[in-house]
Amino acid sequence: MIRWLGRNLLTVYALLAVGYLLLPVAVITVLSFNKPRGRQNTTWNEFSLDAWTNICRDQTICSAFGTSLRIGLIVTIVGTLLGTMLSFALIRYRFLGRTPANLVVFLPLATPEVILGASLLAFFLNLLLPLGFWTITIAHVMFTISFVVLIVNARLAGMDTRLEEAAMDLYATGLQTFRYVTLPLAAPGIAAAALLSFTLSFDDFIITNFNSGTTVTFPIYIWGAALRGIPPQVNVIATIVFAVSVLLVLLAMGLASSRRPRVRQ
Amino acid sequence: MTTAVEDLHLVGVTKRFGEATAVADLSLDVPAGSFFALLGPSGCGKTTTLRMVAGLELPSSGRILLGERDITRRPPYRRNVNTVFQSYALFPHLDIHDNVAFGLRRRGIRAVDAPVREMLELVELGGFARRRPAQLSGGQQQRVALARALINRPDVLLLDEPLGALDLKLRRQMQLELKRIQTEVGITFIHVTHDQEEALTMADTVAVMNGGRIEQLGSPIDVYEGPQTAFVANFLGQANLYPGVTAGAGAEATGVAITIADATVTVPVSALAGRSGRVVVGVRPEKVRVVDPSAEHDLPANRLQGTIAEVAFVGVSTQYVIALPSGARLAAFEQNLDPREVGRPGEPVALGWEPRHTFILDADEDLRAGLLDQTPVPPADPVAAPLSGSAPGAR
Repeated sequence: MIRWLGRNLLTVYALLAVGYLLLPVAVITVLSFNKPRGRQNTTWNEFSLDAWTNICRDQTICSAFGTSLRIGLIVTIVGTLLGTMLSFALIRYRFLGRTPANLVVFLPLATPEVILGASLLAFFLNLLLPLGFWTITIAHVMFTISFVVLIVNARLAGMDTRLEEAAMDLYATGLQTFRYVTLPLAAPGIAAAALLSFTLSFDDFIITNFNSGTTVTFPIYIWGAALRGIPPQVNVIATIVFAVSVLLVLLAMGLASSRRPRVRQ
Repeated sequence: MTTAVEDLHLVGVTKRFGEATAVADLSLDVPAGSFFALLGPSGCGKTTTLRMVAGLELPSSGRILLGERDITRRPPYRRNVNTVFQSYALFPHLDIHDNVAFGLRRRGIRAVDAPVREMLELVELGGFARRRPAQLSGGQQQRVALARALINRPDVLLLDEPLGALDLKLRRQMQLELKRIQTEVGITFIHVTHDQEEALTMADTVAVMNGGRIEQLGSPIDVYEGPQTAFVANFLGQANLYPGVTAGAGAEATGVAITIADATVTVPVSALAGRSGRVVVGVRPEKVRVVDPSAEHDLPANRLQGTIAEVAFVGVSTQYVIALPSGARLAAFEQNLDPREVGRPGEPVALGWEPRHTFILDADEDLRAGLLDQTPVPPADPVAAPLSGSAPGAR
């Protein structure tokens, strides 16, 4: 027994750790099949598919979810684009103001979210911008850029510039070098940054709460609902989001392994 | 496989990086179809020169011509020059086929399959087209890099330390392989290396570079046998160098007598090239015979006496360091015709070499130039100067 444990200690530990991480997800999933007694969906009552067959019974759940999706997509595209360009500038070029730019880019990472949210609110109010969908989007783009720069920087810094020289030596113009060598090599970093951008935007509550006006995003809906009692539909959506994420990851892994070259005999 | 290959000319090319001058007023003519080696220690400017020819670096002044065309300011993608990069720079996200086809595709050529297959056959990688660079060994990657450059039929192929990452055995094999391919395709190869053996093995012409300048240029045999500077003598193989003084003018037949620390040696008049008075006398270790004093009469004309200071048996030869009576040292390599006659430290020996194997350098040459071991030498009195050849000059 002791010897078996010695050989498999790492496996046991890993399984325990994964279990610890997945436990909340499991609870959420199980409770999505619950028919709660009273307002709070916290204790098991009886099995039911009500929540699954009737996700949008409360209209605000689905519209809040849709709003978060739309904001998340816009933020992912704009934030990833701006952040990637910024990263290329910071890593590849020496220009006046590069050092301060480097510092300012990472400032949002170190600033407490409450302060960021409050400052943005003051900023939007001063500009007389009506709070809502677009102020949330602008705020999210602002803080995702920092994360995109952080991730894409790491990828670019580890990239061999001689590969680009080799491309130019092989008749590729500057644009072609970027298209056929630089971009494909930076792509995994950019994709990771895009995924993280979406997650950060979809998940954000504090900054959003300051700048949302009357717009309700998914986290804001849940926070509001928590005061009255969260309906099991929220568990359903959470379970679906989790399942889709896992599917996407599996898909990405499958793509990666199918692109791994076949070894010929 | 004949293309209209053109000569390459560098005219007064200088490259400065801030305060440092990497290449100083370099002029060079590389005839079409030749295998040209730029040989020198790291930091001598050879890679910078190569990058300027490739278009990856802009000269501070001077011009680079391909045939009649001035290509000094052309971007790399607009000059018919390709490079085999140090550690290859293969595109990791593309398979071997796509790596090799890269240059053709960028020039708008659609039918790449046949030429790529042909080129992979040439470098003996026929079955590897669909593999990724990371799945190949170092030697295979090296050949992919070569194929990727050669397929474009450049006027000039640049090789930047192409064999540096390979182990010794593979390097020897690839040296011969590269030479075969160069002969087969007839393209001008410019090969940058710090490995003297590599340069001597492959190149038709060797340019020895030091401090941003070319010290000597010529065929491998001419440069090795007749070094014109102490740097070339020491960097290319090993050399025994001694200060000496000529003893009057000599006749064509007998040569000139030169007094060095322990003896007088004779050199052909031609070796002096008009010098007289103080000079530096040099001889390669493998030219020096080492025998028992009793067999001195068998030795060639330039004879010395000494005692064995160090012996190293290295298989094909025995390497001696001989202490001369003045305290100077002399390196000698004896072929191991009969290894049981290897001498022991402390034994007296007689040395000798042919006068025609002696070379002469200017008296103001730094005798230790080009040595890897740059430990400072105590200031020597000009006659009993220490021997430079005892330190390993090159691998």
